[in-house]
Amino acid sequence: MSETKDGDTIPITVEFTGGLEMLFSNQRKHELKLPAKDESEEPANIAFLVRYLCENVMKDPRKDLFVLDDSVRPGILVLINDADWELEGEDMYEIQRRDNILFVSTLHGG
Amino acid sequence: MPPSPCAICKTNRALILRPKNHQKLCKPCFLSVFESEIHHTITTNNLFHRGERIAIGASGGKDSTVLASVLKTLNERYDYGVELILLSIDEGIKGYRDDSLETVKRNAQQYNMPLTILGYSELYGWTMDQVVEQVGKKGNCTYCGVFRRQALDRGAARLGVKHVVTGHNADDVAETVLMNLLRGDLPRLSRTTSIITSTPSAALANPSSSSPSSPPSHTNIKRSKPLKYAYEKEIVLYAHHKNLDYFSTECIYSPEAFRGSARALIKNLERVRPSAILDVVRSGEDMARLVPGSDEGCGGGCESQGGNGGQIPVAEEEDGGCGSSGGRTVGGDMAAVERQLALNENAQENGLEVEIRTVGVKSQGCERSDSLRSDVVSLVNGKSGQRVKGQAFTPRKTPQRQVMGQCKRCGYLSSQEICKACVLLEGLNKNRPKNQIEVDGHGQEEANEAVDAIEVGLQQVKIEGI
Repeated sequence: MSETKDGDTIPITVEFTGGLEMLFSNQRKHELKLPAKDESEEPANIAFLVRYLCENVMKDPRKDLFVLDDSVRPGILVLINDADWELEGEDMYEIQRRDNILFVSTLHGG
Repeated sequence: MPPSPCAICKTNRALILRPKNHQKLCKPCFLSVFESEIHHTITTNNLFHRGERIAIGASGGKDSTVLASVLKTLNERYDYGVELILLSIDEGIKGYRDDSLETVKRNAQQYNMPLTILGYSELYGWTMDQVVEQVGKKGNCTYCGVFRRQALDRGAARLGVKHVVTGHNADDVAETVLMNLLRGDLPRLSRTTSIITSTPSAALANPSSSSPSSPPSHTNIKRSKPLKYAYEKEIVLYAHHKNLDYFSTECIYSPEAFRGSARALIKNLERVRPSAILDVVRSGEDMARLVPGSDEGCGGGCESQGGNGGQIPVAEEEDGGCGSSGGRTVGGDMAAVERQLALNENAQENGLEVEIRTVGVKSQGCERSDSLRSDVVSLVNGKSGQRVKGQAFTPRKTPQRQVMGQCKRCGYLSSQEICKACVLLEGLNKNRPKNQIEVDGHGQEEANEAVDAIEVGLQQVKIEGI
């Protein structure tokens, strides 16, 4: 954490699969520079990332297909560096440099 | 959070949290546990026997792709001695199915399995694109669902295969259990919870003579769901960690089908308590056992002795809905159920009103009854058998035993003289669909008829009273 100062950004990779890429300009992989601190100057966590994605990355107006009640919609899996986010503290997980965050929808058919 | 070690090997870092028991597993242990549980399902239910040819209903989606991959792995590892082939149905939806069929073609190469693709146009003379052009986007899912159901069986019959496996997972089954419970359809509840069903299907001896009028010979097509106890979440994780090549999209004719569906409810339940999905599946099996006169006294667990005895329940007739995602219900179905319940309540209240009035005018044929239906029927009978216009009160789907016969046109399993597919086709071929089977409008229509009938009944009562 010492390497990030206020106003810094964290380079991360965000991926969308399982049909979710449709909501993000049909692009599976996004290289982002996420602000290191959230709105209240706390270290950026997954909850902040999700808000950030909705406001800055997602052009599709159907936000409710991604977020429901301020959380990732049930049925969408979140993997942090390939680990289930439930093992990492869910949306409280503090994002680290070069993290890979994967959102996979289980809701779409084949 | 400090990384936790895998609960099985105790060395690798855990990456997966199992929904059914909260076990934390590393990637290799998860893959192996997932596979061995499917193996367990297959062996304890005696799903396969040596020498059998088995068609995998393949859509290119996650479930059927995982099914094909796992079955190939298990067949080699445990030497089932079965021959696996891929069977895909092409509904004829441009920009949707063509892409996923490309995935199936790649899978066929990756898994070294022969692939047969059978189109709606070939089977029925209509692609879904053409159907939609004619009936519009509303209600077209019914056509697709009814056609799809038969398509796999017909495809299997053509290939001379007597067993079709599908990728239905625990979430699918739980969803069906909930929907049938809400609808109060216990016979179907009991049939759909079974891991094996059989469909007497038309096996056309000569593949070229597929016209519905040609006399079909009948075979028993067995269907089974080896992934019945597998969580959708784990299926997706398995595909992810094994780098499987699958296709996920939404049908262009029913986008966001999961919004407001029973599926969304299941996912919310899972978020609160992950074991809920398997609990619902098991409850469904237990309830199925209690359904009087059910085809299946055992929830699908007891036909392990020697395979196809008389014990195997007959597959349900597809009620429609989107078949493309493995029997998933169409969005808005929960709303439809709610509307239906509200209508029933209204109907009962109306029924009471009618009853009071009829007592007031002292109608002779009126017995104490608590339902709208019997009320009006008795009123109508009182008036020398004059019929209310139309068939206002065909009994709703009250739990009743279906007598399964065969469609007179195509020979497919049906409780009616003509099966649903043939009825729909007739409508299409006449250039105007006769049976607008549409989940949404259904309840409303019936309510309107009910209101009409009440009015007719009241008029008759008044006339009599005067």
